[in-house]
This record gives sequence, C-alpha cells and structure tokens, in this order.
Amino acid sequence: MKKSPSVLVIGGGSTGTGIARDLAMRGLDVTLVEKGNLTHGTTGRMHGLLHSGGRYAVSDQPSAKECIEENRVLRRIAGHCVEMTGGLFVQRPEDSDEYFEKKLEGCRECGIPAEVLSAEEAREIEPYLAKDIKRAIKVPDGAVDPFRLCVANAASAVEHGARIETHSEVTDVLVEDGEVVGVEVTHQTGTGPYVHGEPGEVEEIRADYVVNATGAWAGQIGDLAGVDVEVRPSKGVMTIMNTRQVDTVVNRCRPKGDADIIVPHETTCILGTTDEEVEDPEDYPEEGWEVDLMIETLSELVPMLAEARTIRSFWGVRPLYEPPGTGTEDPTDITREFFLLDHDDRDDLPGMTSIVGGKLTTYRMMAEQISDHVCEKLDVEAECRTADVPLPGSEDFTVLRDYMDDFGLRSPIGRRSAQRLGSRADEVLNSVDPNPVVCECEAVTRAEIQDSLDTAGTELNSVRIQTRASMGNCQGAICCHRMANELAPEYDEETIRASLDDLYQERWKGERHAMWGTQLSQTALKHMLHAATMNRDEDPAAADADIDFAAFDDGGASEGDASGVASGGAVADGGRERTDRADDDALGGADGDN
Amino acid sequence: MAITDDVLVIGGGIAACTAALSAAETGARVRLLAHKKSTLRQASGLVDVLGYAGGDGPLSDPYAGLDALPEGHPYHVVGEDGVRAGLRIFDEAVGDAYRGGHTDSNALVMTHGGAVKPTARYPESVAPGLASTSGDMLLVGFAGLTDFDAPVAADHLTAAGVPFSPRGVTVEFPKRFRADAKVTRFAKALDRDEDVDGGTVRSALADTVAEELDGESRVGFPAMLGDDHDEEVRAELSDRLGVPVFEVPTGPPSLLGLKLEDMLFDALDEAGVRISAGNPAVDFEAEDGRVETVVVDQKSRPTPYSADQVVLATGGLVGKGLDSDRESVTEPVFGCHVPHPEDRYDWSEPEAFGDHAFARFGVVPDDELRPTGEDGEPHFENLRAAGGVVGGADVAREKSASGVSLATGAVAGRLAGEEATR
Repeated sequence: MKKSPSVLVIGGGSTGTGIARDLAMRGLDVTLVEKGNLTHGTTGRMHGLLHSGGRYAVSDQPSAKECIEENRVLRRIAGHCVEMTGGLFVQRPEDSDEYFEKKLEGCRECGIPAEVLSAEEAREIEPYLAKDIKRAIKVPDGAVDPFRLCVANAASAVEHGARIETHSEVTDVLVEDGEVVGVEVTHQTGTGPYVHGEPGEVEEIRADYVVNATGAWAGQIGDLAGVDVEVRPSKGVMTIMNTRQVDTVVNRCRPKGDADIIVPHETTCILGTTDEEVEDPEDYPEEGWEVDLMIETLSELVPMLAEARTIRSFWGVRPLYEPPGTGTEDPTDITREFFLLDHDDRDDLPGMTSIVGGKLTTYRMMAEQISDHVCEKLDVEAECRTADVPLPGSEDFTVLRDYMDDFGLRSPIGRRSAQRLGSRADEVLNSVDPNPVVCECEAVTRAEIQDSLDTAGTELNSVRIQTRASMGNCQGAICCHRMANELAPEYDEETIRASLDDLYQERWKGERHAMWGTQLSQTALKHMLHAATMNRDEDPAAADADIDFAAFDDGGASEGDASGVASGGAVADGGRERTDRADDDALGGADGDN
Repeated sequence: MAITDDVLVIGGGIAACTAALSAAETGARVRLLAHKKSTLRQASGLVDVLGYAGGDGPLSDPYAGLDALPEGHPYHVVGEDGVRAGLRIFDEAVGDAYRGGHTDSNALVMTHGGAVKPTARYPESVAPGLASTSGDMLLVGFAGLTDFDAPVAADHLTAAGVPFSPRGVTVEFPKRFRADAKVTRFAKALDRDEDVDGGTVRSALADTVAEELDGESRVGFPAMLGDDHDEEVRAELSDRLGVPVFEVPTGPPSLLGLKLEDMLFDALDEAGVRISAGNPAVDFEAEDGRVETVVVDQKSRPTPYSADQVVLATGGLVGKGLDSDRESVTEPVFGCHVPHPEDRYDWSEPEAFGDHAFARFGVVPDDELRPTGEDGEPHFENLRAAGGVVGGADVAREKSASGVSLATGAVAGRLAGEEATR
C-alpha cells in the first residue's frame, strides 16, 4: 500500500489546527506541533468576534466579503462554538454621517445584511446604550469561542489520523540539499500530553512538506529555515467584564480607532482593543493606560461600563503582514488579508510554505487555500470538505433538553454544559457518576473536566480553555484546587500541586489588570482562601526545612486528653439557637460581595 | 431622636464581636451595628494568631514572632498583652467548643488542600486531627464533594513529613444529592440522620468507612459532620468506628466559620450587647473632633445612632470595610486616610503569593488604635478601629487573621469602654 504523503504543521492556533483538519480529512499523514497549549498564541488572545464583515466594509472590502462568507460557514459547521448575537454599528452625535453612509453602502456592496436602526430601536435591543446615540446599523456579527473552535478542529484532525503535539517547540528547521525536510522539536515533557515533572526530549520529525502557521511567530520559524518572513506583530488589549452588559456585539461606527468594540462572550463582555506594533510577540509591555482607555472610551457607547467590574485583561498580538516594500506606517492601516508565502517561489527553498495575516473568522478559508496549495505540491488530488462536515460537537444537536432527566443536572448547569459540548453532551455528561460541579461561576462539572484531561495531561490551563473552568468572576479562587484534584488518582500529589501552582499563577497574571473595586475585594478573598485558609504560600510540603512537629501543640495529649471527642457534652452550644442554614445556594462563596 | 449608647461598634465579624465584648466588660452600654453576614462564612473557623514572621515559620510560639513583624504592624500597637487579651475574650466566649487554650504553642492543623498550617485555636471537632499529634490517620472524602480529595490530602501530609501515617479514601456518601449540592446539604442529612437503603445516613456512612479502616487510630472527614447536631453526629460515628472522628476545616461555605459566628453572637447576647443588624452605616455627624452620630441606612431611611465612643470594625477589602477605584483606596464610612501606592499596578506583585501592598491596606492607627490622617493626628478623638480595616498586616501570609482581629478588637473595645464609663 502506498504511504500517504506526510505534512508537518507548525502552530496550534485556529489556522494550524484548521490546516491539520483539512489535510487529515483529505487523507494526508499530518503532524501538528505547538509550543504551548492549543490557542497559545493569538487565537487564545482575541475578543471572540465572529465578523459579519461589517468592520471591514469600508476599508478592506475583500476581507469583508470573505468574512460574511465564512461567518455563514461557521454557523453551519461550528454551531456549538458560535453564538449569533447580532451586531450594531453605533453612531454617536460627534461621529460623521458620511462614514455612517459609507459603512451602510459598503455592507451592501459586500453582501452583508445591514439595517439602519433609530436610536430608540437600537436601545430596544441594547437598553444600556448611551442616551445620546444617533442611530445604528444592524449586522450579523456574532461571538465565537476560539478555544472550543480550535480544540474541535484538533479533535477532528485526530479522528482523521493526525498526530497533535502540544508543548513541543520547533527548535530547528531541517534543511537538506536546499530543501526543507522536517523539523527538530523539543518536547517540554516528552511526547503526548504535558505532564508536570516529566523530562523533556528532542525529536526529529521528517515530512514531505512543512507548513508554517505560527502567525506572529512566523518570522522566528523563518529564521530557523534561513528565510525572511516580514510579520509585523501588533498588540491589542482586551478587557473582560464580569457580566454581559450587552448581549449584542456593539461597534463604534467611525473610522479606525482604539477601543471601539464590545463583544458579549459566554458570561462576560470583552472590550477591545488597541493596535500597536511590537518587536517581540512574547515580550511587550502590558500597560494600565490601555485598560483605562477601554473603559473610558467604550463608556461613551455604554455608560454603565465606567463603574462596572472588570475581572481581568489580556493582550494578544495580531500576525499582520504586508509584502516587502509596502511600508505602511500605522499598523491599523495594514491589510487584514492573509498571505500564502511559498518559500520555493520566494526564497528558492522548496518544501515549506508560511501563512501569515488573516483573522479567526476566515481561518477555515485560509486553511483550505493552503491545503489546496500543499496538495498541489504533493500531487494529491482530494477535495476540501471542511465547509460541509460539522466539527465534533456541532453535529445535529438541540439545546432544548431536559437537563435533569438527561444528565441529572439542574437547568442552569445543564444548559451551559450542553451549549459548550454541543452534540457531545450525552457522551460526556453521562460519563462519570456522581458528577458534581467543580467550577461554580461557569457551571463546569467533573465530567467535562475529566473529558478535557484526555488531551490536557496535567496542564490545567488546557482544561481551562477547553471547559471555561476558572474563567468566571472568581478567577479560580473557589475552583483552582478542585480542578487540580481532578488529576488524581492518575497523577501523584506533587504533580497535582505543581499544576495547581501553574494555573493559579496564570490566572493571577490577568487579574492584576483588574485589581480595583469589587474585583480587588474578590482578589483579597482569593488571597485569604489560598494563603490563609490553605497555607499554599508557605506549604511545608514544598519547603526545604523539616518541621519539628514535636514543638507544636499536641492537643494536650501529654495531659491525657488527645481525643477531643470524649469530653463533648458541656460545650458552649448547649442552649444556642442557630440560624437555619436552609438555603444552600445563599452560602455559595464564589464572590466577594459578602 | 438618636438611639444612644456608650459604645457603638460598627461591623459583624470577629473584630467587631470582640470589641463589643471587650467594651461590655468595662460596664459600658454597647451596641453592635452589623450590616450583613460577616466574612466568617468564608473563613475556615481556625483562629490563627501568628504563624510566620520575618522569614521564619511555621512558628511553634506565636509570641516569639511578634518582634520580627514589620513596622506599622497592628500587633506592635497592642503588644503581647493585647494579643493575650484578645485570646482571653475569645476563650471565654466560645468555652469548650474550641481547643488550644491550654498552651501558648501553635498547633499544626491540616487544611482541606492537605497543607498543614500553624494555628492557635481550633474547633473541638478539629482537635483529634492535629498534624502535630501522633496517631495514624484515615481521611475520608466523598465522590460528590470536590473541595477535599482525601487521597491527595493524605499524600500531601506525607510530603510535609508528618509524624504518623496518613491514608485517604474516597467513598460515596450514603445519600445522593444533585450535582451542585454543597456541604450544607450533606451536613443536614447527617443532622437529621435521614433514611437511606438499609438504615440511616450515619449508620450507613459508618459501615462504609469501617470497611476502609485498617488499624488507623483516627478518622477525618471534611467539615460537614452535622450542623445543629454536630456533636451527636461525631459521637455516633466515633462510637460506631471505635476511634476518634475529626473534621478538616474547609473553604466557603464553611460550616465551622458559620458556627463560630453563631457562638460569638450568643456571647454578645449573654454580655448584654444590643445588636442592630441588617443595615449599613453610611454616614456620620461630627462636632469638635468627635463623632456624634453614625447614620444607618434603614431601608433608605437614614437612622442616627449616637454614642460616646465608636469602634470601626467593618473589615478589610474582603468585608468591604475598604473600598477602591482605579485611582484610590478609601474607608467609606468616615473617609479615614488609607495610604496606598499611587499607581494601582503597585498594589499587587506579579507573583501570586508575593508581598502584595493590597494585603496591608487599611487605616493607620495611633497608639490608642484611633485612625489617623495624613498628618498622623487622629481623625476623631473617640473613633477607634479594629480588625481588617486596620492596615499594616498581611494576615493571610502571616497566618494572623483572627489574631489581629481579636487583639485589636479587645484593645479598641476596652479603651472605648473605659473612656465611655469614666
């Protein structure tokens, strides 16, 4: 039997996993390597907007047309990752009428359904819009969960025989006789899922073709192969609110500018963003003024944001690219189109193509084009099927379920679980018994956590992005250690502790950008629970010095009263009246409000 | 007409209760103004006094660490006598329900994560489980309760080098609850000894655990062994298993914390302290550098309470005795000065368990625990502060949370009472 041609894909973001899925479905032998978790780069650090194309309808119509086309495809193939919230382009009195008209016209030219709403009509949809807005254009924007989308693409690729290696960094591109023949990969903790404490290893992976889908990192891979890939990484801040102040995507209807979009996402809203070129996609300043700018500018559209609670902020880097010699100064002017750079044509280095630019909404189309290109190079004739075959989880499913009958879950928990799992809900939610809630803020049960562990190893940040556990208001204060406990008994206590510390620190990083007001109160509670109640900061198990246990109170054992049980009777509660703690829910601790 | 008392204590947590009890000891007429449930429901119920100071710890002797605490620490204001006074009031208030008063030494108690920590007082139900006592230990967790994984906790104890063999098992609770049931539901089933197949919850649980018991001399459960009838539950399990049974303190909702709150309020009743609960203090009136009345928002109707002396014990950031926005940190009732770095990014450190400035936010007390202004002078002659609203201590990292509340409460309450009854 003839062996299938092999392709190595570098990068586990939406583009990389999309390519892996596409090629695997076409029957190729695919390996994908990613230096962090899936979505580690830009995919996991964006505002989650499923573009209608409206944002580009004036400035970049080719992109706008691709967006509306792929918007429709994703609703079909990735229903469980998408929430069709609808979107508004809101005009304030100081925003230009001319631009408003151009936006409307542009949408129509690109085939984007667009409808003009009066201020009253817009406020009927979004009651918290400012009183003085002028009017709005309604478009089919939506929200997409980039984590779930990426994970589903990877899962589909694996179903079709692909190998996915996370925490596996490309440390060299193998070039022999002037041709790329594979890569050297350094696995952080060995092959397979990440496991804390396991030693790393180096592996050479040879392939008939290599695809560089590392986005903002594409230049670094290019360097390893000895070619220039002129990516211009541009950072943007995203600030997450504690709740959905809006249920519709709200855009400011004016030419390019910072802080002009609010995307409702799961239980939160995400405010975005800035656009500033940076040298290194992994080392750039994350600054408070950017957060302040989001709150101050976007509260012009939704005034309640000024006093609302943010739970964290994060930054992402766009993988912007423009052909050499274009020389655009302002990164906001750089095209959002994607580019396929065949290094054979470009640099006389056969065997590798880089894909740069683009955006999440059009990831599938990008993957299709590069997969076509790879197949052509490898002389494979196979049709792309990714626009028609639903992703795992998005096969026919209905969210109209009887959660109690089907899963034994109360409806708020069952509904949210089923929305995340889509068509996999039955398979996953009925896989463990009993199935307690682990993350209260996001209603994630043990079954979902356990399901995610298949690919996560001991990397709880991977569990987090797959399930949303620890991503809610308390930012893991209540559930981080519970998530870690789910690693038992497969992993030992020391490993569990290390993975808990990692997750806790990762949450802390983003929370620091939200530490004032109610969220600072929440943070202080988290500090009390983890340092005071659990003594995780001074954990004697982690300390070098041995403890002299005998120097401590032995409970009076030396005085012959070690049990503390026998003497019960006369305690102070003799006649005390206790309030009835009848209401379980009133005692939930996942918030600092009390 | 304002309601008039000698001493008005604002707050409902450990510090407020201690201040009220301490003031009442002087013979003063005392009123406690509690807004809503205190943060005790989120606390483990352990009474930490001082476990770590100046890079040392865990400290077996909390008093030995006092000198090593940083400048401005509230323990320096109240001194060792203040700490002892706080513990005396606590011990008298809770009686035999808490242990540890027989010695100055800290005990090492296991937490629900499995790490041990130094603490000065612990509930009676926790006592048989001390990590600083020998005796092999069986820990029992429940498949439906995710906060406590008994095998992980046991291995964690082993990693800390405890002087006994711990072992953990996970069992099914004899009765099934819905997926998001909290410990309170488990406790209630044990309180009522609800019927289950082949017996009742307590007997069925004892049977299940008996099968797992392999020579261990004590058995621990997460703190869910009953609420109203906790002693009965523990005694019955212990009797059926033939070894002492203990509880491991947990996070919220913490039954041990809630029980402590009940005990403190019972003690307030006993001491004749008047309690006005359910409404927040929102404003005040002052004259000649003295607080004359505190205004409480009684369902949007401002109600004045006047007193000769006032103790502010509204809590820290968690209890909302301190508030903040992007620019500043404030004490919302009296507007007392709360020093803080100008840039909010200096309020915390990049390391999650770093030396965070926010952890030490609070009012700056003078040597009589009166909050002072930027000029170092007391804001008001008759206003004192106690507990979390007082700055200068990172009570979480020091393991000093309850101790600071007790000590400052005891001293602020006594001084207020003495002034008022002079």
